[in-house]
Amino acid sequence: MKLQDLSVYRGPCEVLRNLSIEIPKGKWTSIIGPNGAGKSSLLQGITNILPIKGQISIEGVDIQTLSSKERARTIAWLAQNNDAAEEFSELTVYDTVMLGRIPHQGWLHLPNPYDHQVVEQSLRKTHTQSIATRFLHELSGGEKQRVLLARLLAVEADILLMDEPLANLDPPHQADWLIWQKELLSQGKTLVTVLHEIQYALRADHLVMIRQGILHFEGASNDPTTHQALIALFEGRIRLEKLGNEWVSLPA
Amino acid sequence: MHFGKSIVKQVMPSNQLPLKLLILLSLSAVLITLGSILGSTGVDWHFADENRTILYEIRLPRSIGAYFAGALLGLAGAIAQSLFRNPLADPYLLGSASGALLGVGIILCLSYVGEHSLITLIGINGGAFAGALLGVLAALLLAGGYKSSLRLLLSGVVIGVIFGAANSLLTFVRPDLYQSLQSFMLGNTSLITWNASLVMGLALSFCVLLTLLLSPVLSALSLGENTARTLGLPLDQLRLLLIGVLALATGIAVAQTGLIAFVGLAAPHLVRHISGGRQRAQLMLSTISGGILLLGSDLLARSIFAPLEIPVGIVTAVLGGSYLLFLLRRGQIGMKK
Repeated sequence: MKLQDLSVYRGPCEVLRNLSIEIPKGKWTSIIGPNGAGKSSLLQGITNILPIKGQISIEGVDIQTLSSKERARTIAWLAQNNDAAEEFSELTVYDTVMLGRIPHQGWLHLPNPYDHQVVEQSLRKTHTQSIATRFLHELSGGEKQRVLLARLLAVEADILLMDEPLANLDPPHQADWLIWQKELLSQGKTLVTVLHEIQYALRADHLVMIRQGILHFEGASNDPTTHQALIALFEGRIRLEKLGNEWVSLPA
Repeated sequence: MHFGKSIVKQVMPSNQLPLKLLILLSLSAVLITLGSILGSTGVDWHFADENRTILYEIRLPRSIGAYFAGALLGLAGAIAQSLFRNPLADPYLLGSASGALLGVGIILCLSYVGEHSLITLIGINGGAFAGALLGVLAALLLAGGYKSSLRLLLSGVVIGVIFGAANSLLTFVRPDLYQSLQSFMLGNTSLITWNASLVMGLALSFCVLLTLLLSPVLSALSLGENTARTLGLPLDQLRLLLIGVLALATGIAVAQTGLIAFVGLAAPHLVRHISGGRQRAQLMLSTISGGILLLGSDLLARSIFAPLEIPVGIVTAVLGGSYLLFLLRRGQIGMKK
């Protein structure tokens, strides 16, 4: 996916300016930046939630030329948990995950056996099959987040955008999430995440750093230059240490 | 991949929608029958010639019409609550019912026709539809959208007061219309004819079909506007279409029966626990329970002070208001400021 001179607008404000980056296919790209840098806005610009200027293309095809359903089948988006925390949601877990099949369905279409199969698979992957009959508003924050992840997986899109996917997940489920990431990558999916947890972001293949609406740096996550840029992004208030094979971030 | 015992099998049978629909439809049939044989002096089983005329020309169309009007309001309430994700939204509180009443008032004022010919009916229905649409759009405009439940409801109340004042102005200008408009303001099922029932039946079929067709939008909106947008749904157009259906259902019901408060609010709440969280089930069950509520209230209105009959709007206001208070006390209604 290629972004060229991309500007994203939230109301009258230009929250991202002239961003040009290439998100490698079949890899995991993590977007990092301080609060208010424009990370979530970038994902919302790509998914057509926020208005943009510039071009977004996938394998040379401008996504503006795709129909809304084609676009929805290609790019799936996971909202920040508080965006989806509806106090008046009457959906069961199962039906919530089934919503991920909407881009594949026509009007008045009842779910076919394949839709049910995909939903079941998504529920099992996210360990939510045991709560399939419960209502979304009855769940804890962590359970709800796993259900919303299952909804994302049910779209079966090639490009998955996740905004704060680890929010509300306890450490065992954060570890599970990393396993799902690897599994999705092995299936050839392109993953783009916005993460505050730098130690998890460093597990990505590619890092994109944004500060105050402009591109600060992009590069491979294990490259020393990228690490220097990351420390500079947070004004030297973090340091990176190698623990076994993984890089971790600690307070400076 | 093998999935073993299907989760679908665990989830689907618990829904039992056909059985629930059958039970509610049977109750509807019982109430319609009761409404047809219940006279001012009690149940009447003697179908002599004159009684037969009363049965077929007065009580039966009235019972069926009251049922359809309630069903239209139940559907409008279910659409409003899902579309605006607001448990207190209903045609009465959103300003669409008072808009419909103003539409009826204006049409009556412009061309008062005493007889209920089909053309007159369509004129009144058209006016009520336009008024209902204007009412709900004005409330949305005044509230700056639908994101704040409290602002939307207060805007609906303000619109109701303004439109009510406009209706009072109409009766001031045309005092000869006072009685007709008063009858609409109180809510009344006693004048429903076969023509009126036919119009409501057709409108109900159209609104139910269109809403079921558009129900994925309502389900998707439960996850928030942004997520719904990423599912490839043309939200703005579909939302406008659903507001149109809401206005049509409200307008047609108000044009035939006047202001009936709280049926649209109570019906979706009453079936929420049995709909299994499925949008289509919720819409269908709300529609049927709206019909049952209004027809049941109509039977009460005819029986409480028999042989005197009180306007059904008074009964629904008392019952619905009490139910709303009950919901508020039980804390089932959250308010987003």
